[in-house]
Amino acid sequence: MNSIPESRPQAGQEQEQEERGSSLWHDAWIKLRKNRLAICGLVILLLLCLVSLLTPWIAPYGYEEQNLLLGASAPSAQHWLGTDIFGRDMLTRIMYGGRVSLTVGLIATAVALIIGVLWGATAGFIGGRVDAVMMRLVDILYALPFMIFIVLLMVVFGRNIFLLFFAIGAVEWLTMARIVRGQVMNLRKQEFVEAAYSLGLSQWTIIRRHIIPNTLGPVIVYTTLTIPSVMLLEAFLSFLGLGIQPPQSSWGLLISYGVETMEEFPWLLIFPGLTLSLTLFALNFLGDGLRDALDPRTSKD
Amino acid sequence: MFRFAFMRLLQAIPVILVVISITFLLVHSAPGGPFSADKAVPPEVLKALETQYNLDQPLWQQYISYLGDVLHGDFGPSFKYPGRTVSELIASGLPATAELAVYAMLVALIIGASAGVFAAARPNSMQDYIPMSAAMLGICMPSFLLGPLLVLIFGINLEWVPVSGWGDAPGDKILPAITLGTGYAAYIARLSRGGMLEILSQDYIRTARAKGLSEPLVIAKHALRGGLIPVVAFLGPAFAGLVGGSFVVETIYQIPGLGRFYVQAAFNRDYTMILGTTIFFATLIILFNLISDMLTIWLNPKLRQQGQGDN
Repeated sequence: MNSIPESRPQAGQEQEQEERGSSLWHDAWIKLRKNRLAICGLVILLLLCLVSLLTPWIAPYGYEEQNLLLGASAPSAQHWLGTDIFGRDMLTRIMYGGRVSLTVGLIATAVALIIGVLWGATAGFIGGRVDAVMMRLVDILYALPFMIFIVLLMVVFGRNIFLLFFAIGAVEWLTMARIVRGQVMNLRKQEFVEAAYSLGLSQWTIIRRHIIPNTLGPVIVYTTLTIPSVMLLEAFLSFLGLGIQPPQSSWGLLISYGVETMEEFPWLLIFPGLTLSLTLFALNFLGDGLRDALDPRTSKD
Repeated sequence: MFRFAFMRLLQAIPVILVVISITFLLVHSAPGGPFSADKAVPPEVLKALETQYNLDQPLWQQYISYLGDVLHGDFGPSFKYPGRTVSELIASGLPATAELAVYAMLVALIIGASAGVFAAARPNSMQDYIPMSAAMLGICMPSFLLGPLLVLIFGINLEWVPVSGWGDAPGDKILPAITLGTGYAAYIARLSRGGMLEILSQDYIRTARAKGLSEPLVIAKHALRGGLIPVVAFLGPAFAGLVGGSFVVETIYQIPGLGRFYVQAAFNRDYTMILGTTIFFATLIILFNLISDMLTIWLNPKLRQQGQGDN
């Protein structure tokens, strides 16, 4: 970890904090900028987010607009990515599906993030017996086969999108909790935190100024790596017919439709598949890049 | 070592109990009984059915008797296949799934480990970048996409291998094994590259090189054992993933294995079948995690002294 200058509690607090903050993030940004793949991923993701946000206005056709006479047609000037068997424009479908897939990815990751960070930080900060009990629980949950449980949840309680957020989020928080706990435990023993204590800073100030900024790096990195696995899980469930339900659509669902007709109309499989893979690529490269930039110790896995 | 194994086995018991309890509660709190999905059944018949399956008893009593049955390996009768028990159904699906998992694991280990070791031998060269980019491609290509694409190319267009089936025609096991194994090959490649890089920077490797050992010998004799530890540690979780992946692969290739049964049971709301399969899978996964942990320790005696504090 970069050495962080001990803070003086008196005047110029805000200014100093800003300086330190910007130098830590500035270093990371310089490192990240050199990683061409990561920047490439970042650009692709920003584009995807932009397109998803603007979809209702920029989609070439309406979401439910059918053209039964046309049927499934190959990519053409009117329909860049072709149409499905109901004559619905594939590009439009993929754009709307992307909204759902990205939303699930972001919200479920947020659920995982909140639970994981709170759990890990509490365990790490309090330590002792509380920590032992809390982490033991995480160990037990780790041993549970969650893929199976998600399928079970979706079967038993119906295919509800909110349940999907919750179910996926509930699975993915464990690693986050471990990472945050390790980080917090480590930080508590560092000299600069001890110094801050001896200078008489309140516990809350120490958390805010030393613990949180130093935990942020690994948390951001792991969040970037959680999003693709969440999206993959959603696509997996939707593919099996247990995730997103029609008339809503997601990339996983589009792929599963595409598989049914892939012999006659391969573009119905290939385009949603390419989009999903590209997104996962972008997220993974960005996550790897961020890891190298922000957290040099864990960069070798 | 034996003490460790014994302790871990003891710890596995509450985990399995938790699994059974959660699944049991989930299934029994599901809205709608197992027979409400069918066409309307007369109340007397419903009553008789409930008595037959013990559904009229209080929940805790059902739980206790189920627990007792499970201890004897009896998961009860299937709701959707009358006259067949869940244990029979599991036994009939297991061979295909196990065979598929073994082949997929072989694909993953052979391709993954050799790609990782190969890449680590010359880091930051083309020899590193090409296999590692391929690995990233493998990670970003989920099995439910890779499978159909492989079928499209090698099954339908080139007609090299059968499109689906299991053991009916020569070569029909190739595509499923590749589909299931690729993602793990990719992870293993990354893990083994990382592990090898770490080991290759150690002093004892420098010593081996200094005494004039050739590079292939250094890798084979000194580096492999340490460098592949992360891979062994990954085998347990990988097995859990293989089980999940087999749902998809068995569905795509119409393989009569456990994964396909599970998905079908999910759609049929065959609760006893779901319950039984979940518990079965969970126990297997816990056991495999245990085995891979023990292998890791066997490979690296240093770990034994380290205690539990892991991060």
